[in-house]
Amino acid sequence: MQTFDLAADGLRTLNATLHAQAEATNQTVWEVINPKGSHAIAVGLDAPIEVNVKGSTGYYCAGMNKQATVHVHGSAGPGVAENMMSGTVIIEGDASQYAGATGHGGTLVIKGNASSRCGISMKGIDIIVHGNVGHMSAFMAQSGNLVVCGDAGDALGDSIYEARLFVRGSVKSLGADCIEKEMRPEHIAILTDLLERGGCDAKPEEFKRYGSARELYNFKPDNAY
Amino acid sequence: MCGIVGLFLKDKALEPQLGAMLTDMLITMTDRGPDSAGIAIYGDKVEGRAKLTVQSVDASTIFADLAEELGTAIGDSVTLTRKDTHAVLDVPADKIAEARAALKTVAPSVRVMSAGETIEIYKEVGLPKDVAARFEVSKMHGTHGIGHTRMATESAVTTMGAHPFNTGPDQCLVHNGSLSNHNSLRRKLQRDGVHIETQNDTEVGAAYLTWRMQNGATLGEALESSLSDLDGFFTFVVGTEDGFGVVRDPIACKPAVMAETDQYVAFGSEYRALVNLPGIEDARVWEPEPATVYFWKH
Repeated sequence: MQTFDLAADGLRTLNATLHAQAEATNQTVWEVINPKGSHAIAVGLDAPIEVNVKGSTGYYCAGMNKQATVHVHGSAGPGVAENMMSGTVIIEGDASQYAGATGHGGTLVIKGNASSRCGISMKGIDIIVHGNVGHMSAFMAQSGNLVVCGDAGDALGDSIYEARLFVRGSVKSLGADCIEKEMRPEHIAILTDLLERGGCDAKPEEFKRYGSARELYNFKPDNAY
Repeated sequence: MCGIVGLFLKDKALEPQLGAMLTDMLITMTDRGPDSAGIAIYGDKVEGRAKLTVQSVDASTIFADLAEELGTAIGDSVTLTRKDTHAVLDVPADKIAEARAALKTVAPSVRVMSAGETIEIYKEVGLPKDVAARFEVSKMHGTHGIGHTRMATESAVTTMGAHPFNTGPDQCLVHNGSLSNHNSLRRKLQRDGVHIETQNDTEVGAAYLTWRMQNGATLGEALESSLSDLDGFFTFVVGTEDGFGVVRDPIACKPAVMAETDQYVAFGSEYRALVNLPGIEDARVWEPEPATVYFWKH
């Protein structure tokens, strides 16, 4: 295992070092100490490595991730795993606003609560939150899955497209064009897999599914140019 | 973008270090607001005395005889403690309004930063580390304090555009965000006789709170009504004689992190600002909810 002291060696060196890891690197496990809420830790990774961040991070940790596993042993600031393409990001604590925003793929696991706008404009990422999510989560979500083991805040799934939302607790309010949908066997199967990947011991049968009613302007063929 | 820091001490043993802790937090927030910085600090209360913190661009000349001239004008003893461009005028508590009025004739160019029994506000244009050094903030002690680093978006980079703003006796406001209805609200408040000095949006927010409280609202009520009367983005932190409060607009896109231990309650725009506080590893750390007024009091 390689240990990198962010306080001593700085952010650019950290990210450059991690970027320099080839797909077939032998240095597969990294530990980052003294993150102290710094911005942009472990962004733009593209190798099957594991990065363990020992503490809380600031803005945009693990953004644009490909292949790598980034494990934050603390809480994450705004925009964690933003635009992730593949790989896994795990947050042991809470995540601030817009976690997993615009993510195209991969898995984001938040073991605490996520703040507002979790999964905003998600495009294929799977997000599993052990706690609650804040208002406007999954706003304009296009694809992928958002699993919330706790409660969801106001305006869940506003203007949603094809993403699936699974919530175990209460939903304060649904956003425009977001409705509760039937939980069919295929959804139970998808959710069972997601809960397992997220390390949740919740039962899939306890969740409700929400998705798009497809009633907004952009869903009407007559409005197409 | 701006940076806010706040520290409310529960443990009296930390009071001598308040300025040093706030200075460290403030400097960490430099890249959120490098153009100006300010701090409101709540220090000792002396029975029967009050403080006017004033600022002058020509401090050496203006402050030389100010205490004596003001003392003569109000017929009482006034002492002056200078810190760079600012000075704290110590006046009898029952004559603070009189002293403030007299300042307009004794030294019309002097600007009042704050008035109250314990509050002192220092703010200037420049990097937070330079501003903190000019006023020797790190040597200050007190019960609680609020700091702000400014990246101007709505008005000019000037001393009077910097935060905190004094909203009433021993009260102050700092703001991260931008108010979009400040022009119409400024006109409304001015029609009601409220004095507003600059084109700054936050000054209007501060004047709004002052105006609401002058009309009978408590600070809590004024903050509640700000959620419907102010349009735009805001995270506000307010200081009062015995505590501080936090409120975020309903959208809450301006960041806010709180930390609480047995020794303190701390606020930072980012977690980075809090990392050097004692015992932060075991603190309860959370984000304040949108459209919710929080208060901590001694």
